[in-house]
Amino acid sequence: MPFIPHTEAEIRDMLETIGVTSIDELFDEVPDNLRCQALNDVPEAMSELEISQLMDRRAREDGQASCFIGAGAYDHHIPAAVWAIATRGEFYSAYTPYQAEASQGTLQLLYEYQSMMTALTAMDVSNASLYDGASALAEAVLMAVRGNRKSKSKRILMPRTLHPAYRQVVVNIVKNQGIELVELPFDQATGGTDMAALEGHAGEDFTALVIPQPNFFGVLEDVDALTDWAHANKMLAIAVVNPVALALLNPPGEWGEKGADIVCGEGQPLGAPLSSGGPYFGFLCCTQALVRQMPGRIIGKTVDLDGKVGFALTLQAREQHIRRSKATSNICTNQGLMVTAATIHMALLGSEGLERVAAASHSNTKKLVQMLQRINGVEVIFSNPYFHEVVIRLPAPVKDVLRSLAAHNVLGGFDLGQDYPELDEALLVCATEKRTEQEMENFAQKLERIISLQGGVTCKLVPKE
Amino acid sequence: MLIFEQSKAGRRAVAQAPLDKADVSDIPEQFRRKKPAALPEVSEMQVVRHYTRLSQRNFSIDTEFYPLGSCTMKYNPRGSNALAMLPGFLGRHPSAPESHSQGFMACMYDLQQILKEVTGMQQVSLTPAAGAQGEFAGVAMIKAYHDARNDTARNEILVPDAAHGTNPASAVMCGYQVREIPTGPDGDVDVEALRKVVGPQTAGIMLTNPSTVGVFERRIEEIAKLVHEAGGLLYYDGANLNAILGKVRPGDMGFDVIHMNLHKTFSTPHGGGGPGAGPVGVSERLIPYLPVPMVDHDGDKYIWLTEEECPDTIGRLSAFAGNAGVLLRAYIYARMLGKGGMSRVAEYSTLNANYMLKRMQEAGFEAAYPDRRATHEFIITLRKQAKELDVNTMDFAKRLLDYGMHAPTTYFPLLVPECLLIEPTETEDKETLDAFIDAMIAIQAEAESDPEQVKGAPYSLPVRRLDDVKAARELDLKWTPDTH
Repeated sequence: MPFIPHTEAEIRDMLETIGVTSIDELFDEVPDNLRCQALNDVPEAMSELEISQLMDRRAREDGQASCFIGAGAYDHHIPAAVWAIATRGEFYSAYTPYQAEASQGTLQLLYEYQSMMTALTAMDVSNASLYDGASALAEAVLMAVRGNRKSKSKRILMPRTLHPAYRQVVVNIVKNQGIELVELPFDQATGGTDMAALEGHAGEDFTALVIPQPNFFGVLEDVDALTDWAHANKMLAIAVVNPVALALLNPPGEWGEKGADIVCGEGQPLGAPLSSGGPYFGFLCCTQALVRQMPGRIIGKTVDLDGKVGFALTLQAREQHIRRSKATSNICTNQGLMVTAATIHMALLGSEGLERVAAASHSNTKKLVQMLQRINGVEVIFSNPYFHEVVIRLPAPVKDVLRSLAAHNVLGGFDLGQDYPELDEALLVCATEKRTEQEMENFAQKLERIISLQGGVTCKLVPKE
Repeated sequence: MLIFEQSKAGRRAVAQAPLDKADVSDIPEQFRRKKPAALPEVSEMQVVRHYTRLSQRNFSIDTEFYPLGSCTMKYNPRGSNALAMLPGFLGRHPSAPESHSQGFMACMYDLQQILKEVTGMQQVSLTPAAGAQGEFAGVAMIKAYHDARNDTARNEILVPDAAHGTNPASAVMCGYQVREIPTGPDGDVDVEALRKVVGPQTAGIMLTNPSTVGVFERRIEEIAKLVHEAGGLLYYDGANLNAILGKVRPGDMGFDVIHMNLHKTFSTPHGGGGPGAGPVGVSERLIPYLPVPMVDHDGDKYIWLTEEECPDTIGRLSAFAGNAGVLLRAYIYARMLGKGGMSRVAEYSTLNANYMLKRMQEAGFEAAYPDRRATHEFIITLRKQAKELDVNTMDFAKRLLDYGMHAPTTYFPLLVPECLLIEPTETEDKETLDAFIDAMIAIQAEAESDPEQVKGAPYSLPVRRLDDVKAARELDLKWTPDTH
């Protein structure tokens, strides 16, 4: 029996101790008419070898394409040590550290993680993670609604330059709590949030302004101005950031006069493989003033009976297992193992290493853009500076181009037309530090060929000045 | 010692970052970081040694018996992990086209089919990232269903007082009020009390079966009828699915929507508190509202179902397709169990729990529900020990750690005083169960002869009992260069 150690003799022995004659008798409280029949749609058991053969085949089927898609998930190098340690059974097969004395490894690691995230974001407090970047933003919005005493509106300003899936997830999670999300358009020339449209909301009652940096287009937003504007209008500033970018870019805690109030984002670039979109982890940091509004696990340093330093879950009175219907969130587990990997990853790279990764990715993307721009009709659309991801205009239908590229095992980027009808000839491309010169040249050559075969198409977009 | 305290200015794990520092002068100064983040500066070996040592300060399934009730801490097959980490799976970008995703999508489709079959539900969406997100999705679907019928006066979700805290919290996140239903003295939901409160304001009821008190809800069909007749829907919290896998199906009990905790029943690792996976399954009438994305098969290839194909969906709950890597592990486990292995999970976890309960009763421990059959878990109450010896459940739990075993769940469910919720799982052998019972007997003897010994435990761990009050009052949530 797979993963069941009982011998026949033991089973008999145990049944005798219990005082029943068969295992089936142990289900005597289940009404007979509810007992289920054989599960015919479940296939017969496989040995580890058989399932290995199947999984090997399926994993190979998806190929190792040359990937120029970013759009919220980035293909960075992960040191071998990261997952070698994270998958040690002592981390991998432990549970939430409720028994603190038997979980000091996980607890100290989470405390170190919180320390690293607050250092990266320049914020006061970090929790021990949420599910992913999108759900972390939803929690940040709920937190802002609880935490902003100056606003009664439950309305949030959300720029269109934010990741489209994040915008959808936030709506899906908060809409039943009477929270309204108001979209801010973007400036078609710069690719940043439209400051004139923003100014139109001055003096209105909003709970918070969401500020992505870089935004979904890779474009750098004027975060200082946005943060100060939010504060001047009695809103909280919620930053959505890429943690690797933070090694290079100004951290949210230092945006504008007072800094952002809440910072969240996708932790994946810190040691999590692309892995079809998960598991990743969402991070959430805030100012000291908002700590009691924070959802999720938080680890605190304390002492034991002998005065020795130790770590424990703290502020648990916020959480569902204590407060039930009055909890700050329904969240129970976080993404502990992903955070374990991220902590090891950040320790290995350090600030200098992360900065080198960020710079190399940015530099690769620049190189790629240069190569692609040599193709007739391919242009960078937005004028603002960008970080490691950029929107280009193609002189041919994006969908068809991507399909042709994929046939050559090149994943050429993210088709923006799916989510932005106004950008239906635009492609979002990214080249992390892992993409080689050769891969980029191959991409450019294939693209040029495909475009020349498909012919030019008139473009509605105004090209960059 | 913290990793930060091992830091030396200028030290680095050089091999792990690009050797050349690329030029980023095109990014204007106003956007650039002025001062590097205060991350540790350490060598690769220091990092490996530090975190390896930290790992050794944990209890885990791989090293200790971990009978944490309601958490199903069973063996996590290494094979599941190794195969989910094949490069082809790790390297797949979530936005990769279907042409480069057929292998992965085949696994997801198969898993949907298997979960449908074992739960008796009509359709499954794998996307919720954890049990609590599955609960949210389930309640949001209930709301979408009522809203679509313009049945908008239903503003209440019924939850038994024994329920997991996530149940009421999830209902509130969907905009519902929560009304608690008492549990009767026999551990079943008090059906008479339910009858009084169910009505036109009832959107649904959230139940765990077997319930969190470790017994099978015998009047489940009656409850289903009562709630359905009032126009409400039934939500099944799959936390205890391990107890009935392959024996009874939530769909057959009358549930309209369920979530499964794959990190419990399908043995994916708990990872020190996540990631989990909380797929949802639904009856016919809730199919249109399932969260996206899902995988379909059109006869010769696998395709994604998204907002476009499912216009009434409650939408996506994470940026991509949920915790895909966890889903792969669950799929591999399910294939190794196969058709016959599913019911064995329920059978042997139930055998183990009933064996332990019987032996503990023989040793003088008090069962919370002595007249009931244990399911995959059971509750012991130490109220007598607390009253007569002044040694409480937490003391027993901490002392168990000295005996090399993780404590069972303590003080949950809230309605049983001084309780231990014990769930051995099917993967533990009889010797381990016996060792646990012997340890409990030994601690009982200590509690009688030298209670202080038990109250001061643990002694053999990296730290003794921690000051939680200090942790909450004098918040120290991070290392900083100035304060340390």
